[in-house]
Amino acid sequence: MTMIDIRNLRVRFGQGTDTVTAVDGITLSVREGESFGLVGESGSGKSTVLRAVSGLNDEWTGRIAVAGTEQGPKRHKGFYKLCQMVFQDPYGSLHPRHTVDRILAEPIAIHGLGDADARIDRVLRDVGLGSAFRFRYPHQLSGGQRQRVAIARALVLEPRILLLDEPTSALDVSVQAEILNLLRRLRAEHGLTMVLVTHNLAVVANLCDRLAVMNRGRLVEEMTVEELRRGAAREPYTLQLLRASLGYDRATAESFRDYA
Amino acid sequence: MADDTPLLEVSNLRVAFPTRTGMAEAVRGVSFTLGREKLGIVGESGSGKSMTGRSILRLVPPPGRVTADRLAFNGEDLLAASPRRMRDIRGRRIAMVMQDPKYSLNPVMTVGRQIAEAYRVHSKAGAAEAKRRALEMLAAVRIRDPERVYDRYPHEVSGGMGQRIMIAMMLIPDPDLLIADEPTSALDVTVQMQVLAILDDLCSQRGMGMIFVSHDLNLVASFCDRILIMYAGRVVESCRASELHAARHPYTRGLLASLPRIDEPPGDLPVLSRDPAWLEG
Amino acid sequence: MTARTDTRSATWRDWLTTDTPQSRGQARLGRAWAGWTSFRRNRLAVAGLLIVLALVVVAALAPVLAPYHPYAQDLNNRLLPPSAAHWLGTDAFGRDILSRLIHGARLTLMIVALVAATAPLAGLVIGTVAGYFGGWVDTVLMRITDIALAFPKLILALAFVAALGPGIENAVIAIAITSWPPYARIARAETLTVRRADFISAARLQGASSLRIILGHVMPLCIASLIVRTTLDMAGVILTAAGLGFLGLGAQPPLPEWGAMIASGRQYVLEQWWVAAMPGLAIFIVSLGFNLLGDGLRDVLDPKGD
Repeated sequence: MTMIDIRNLRVRFGQGTDTVTAVDGITLSVREGESFGLVGESGSGKSTVLRAVSGLNDEWTGRIAVAGTEQGPKRHKGFYKLCQMVFQDPYGSLHPRHTVDRILAEPIAIHGLGDADARIDRVLRDVGLGSAFRFRYPHQLSGGQRQRVAIARALVLEPRILLLDEPTSALDVSVQAEILNLLRRLRAEHGLTMVLVTHNLAVVANLCDRLAVMNRGRLVEEMTVEELRRGAAREPYTLQLLRASLGYDRATAESFRDYA
Repeated sequence: MADDTPLLEVSNLRVAFPTRTGMAEAVRGVSFTLGREKLGIVGESGSGKSMTGRSILRLVPPPGRVTADRLAFNGEDLLAASPRRMRDIRGRRIAMVMQDPKYSLNPVMTVGRQIAEAYRVHSKAGAAEAKRRALEMLAAVRIRDPERVYDRYPHEVSGGMGQRIMIAMMLIPDPDLLIADEPTSALDVTVQMQVLAILDDLCSQRGMGMIFVSHDLNLVASFCDRILIMYAGRVVESCRASELHAARHPYTRGLLASLPRIDEPPGDLPVLSRDPAWLEG
Repeated sequence: MTARTDTRSATWRDWLTTDTPQSRGQARLGRAWAGWTSFRRNRLAVAGLLIVLALVVVAALAPVLAPYHPYAQDLNNRLLPPSAAHWLGTDAFGRDILSRLIHGARLTLMIVALVAATAPLAGLVIGTVAGYFGGWVDTVLMRITDIALAFPKLILALAFVAALGPGIENAVIAIAITSWPPYARIARAETLTVRRADFISAARLQGASSLRIILGHVMPLCIASLIVRTTLDMAGVILTAAGLGFLGLGAQPPLPEWGAMIASGRQYVLEQWWVAAMPGLAIFIVSLGFNLLGDGLRDVLDPKGD
């Protein structure tokens, strides 16, 4: 079944002459249980798409349907039990004055689910943190540990969809590998549908089944990760992105063009 | 200038900071020499790579302490240099480009004026001459319309252009050594390539030496001639860029193995397990 | 014996500084302990704290500490210089100045406590609501704040007591009403910075109501700046109250309010300087104490230093 169905999504910021069209008519869909990568450089609009789907951004036009239900600008509480998000910056996504326990207990309290202690313990174990971490403050955690707490927070409501906005970009390389492995395991264990926004094609190749490439608010190309691995991109922008991801090459750098 | 004097000699460099529990060393005995080549220093956060770059220019703020058996630039002892001499060297002989042009460019001055000013600080040129040279530099960093960009403010230019302006500003006095601290990390990957191409060309044209500090192992391996891998304040591996795949230290091998690759099938990435023995180098 | 006490104190210190707290309480106490050790290092701040604590103790134990009754007049012994019998001398009615200062500490503390309990709280609520919701809510609340800010404290207090009659309660109300705008501004500024943070977005994504976010997420981050500003303002509050007392508009005789004591001692300042100087010294010391405490708290609570 189609878990996320986006038709002709348009997001504009500002008014009059200052209008910026961040997302310019995107149509894509994500199947249940799929891991979908949304790739692009800065200004491509990929994060904006995610924010529109999650309900953080309410000024969009077009059609967004999640789990078969069409969504309006505002989301109702039940939506958040279905769809959760993990943010990029592990240092900014946890409240500096809340313990891990408080951070994880909050969604439980908001939705009136009982059994807080058991749920918190379970979700901490799920993300590979022991109960020793339960009463620490964020400044007592490393970057990787903070990101694990952020993932735990997203999972505590047992969502079916996980939206991830550059979840490993701010992490060290060695920590990135751990988090990618964790996300892979969680997806398998919980049957999650994942949408991963990133600029890193290697991360997409490692974690996703399909991907879409965005540039300046438009969808450039959709492909499977298998095609990505073979380098079988069709659009020149995608090919350029692929070549740039392989490392510095003087001759290739010369050939790069600005695709507006 | 004697051709066999290395451009930079660093021997047993140590940078220490006082903390509540005694002195903490961010850099613990780093040694290397640099000729007119591109040297990459790679490490994760906390490895001491940025401190190493800054300590060469004696830019480590007090109460940090920099000590070394030898820290020489073109044969001249930098540790013994007076503050006046260091100010002379900084900018004119050794330049530094940092990560985010948003924070290194003066937001209330046009970019052209900043570049011209950088030129006038290190030469006795007049305003007209400085402007001419600034325009020349803007063209050298492949900015298509130097006249128009000259009058722009930093917030009006994109990240990639801002970084090119930084490079123009830093290279206008024609330094011998460029220290680049994550110069392309804040840029998109295609823009990264273009900026690196500019750095590559300028360095080879002018015979400059470059130290490229980064966390991106693949980028450094493809851009630099030699690589130093740092861990916990020490250099754990030193090799030619082309021989990185044959690295010997377990940290380097672990780091290389844990990188996801486009052409590899999906599956768990080997996770780096830190051996405490690595702390001893 | 020493070894045992050492291990005992080592254990509770370990309990406080452990990085794996086992309960909410332990985590909170540990954090408070970390703040205290940091604060303790600043000698001047500790001095400030001691002064403020001394004020509280003196106020609490006033009837016990004061050698004489503050209203007991002894016209044979008026305007006596400091001596063994009267440590700080006597005033124009022969009342012991030391006893009056000690009882006056109660009034000072009451003024400080009332203002500190009301103005910052009002400012916090207004500032966070304005900052979080933005739009017309922000505009309306901030314009009200601007208007309130435009009133000079002393003049408004004068107007207030002129309307309601002199008295220490009215003086305190007047001071409190004019004090809240700066706190609203501070709270709003903090809220604007915090509003964009990912943890706020995450809270919204859990379905948290605006009230929950403001109370649980935004306000805790504003508290630090507000506490610092409040302690620093206390010195000014004391001086304003003293000023009103000096003008005869605050505490009425025979209340031993320090400002009123300075006012009545004014006419004797050349010959019997102690009548005005002693209460002046008391005000100075307490204001200094609050200032030092506030500076010390700023160093500890500054969220940017976190």
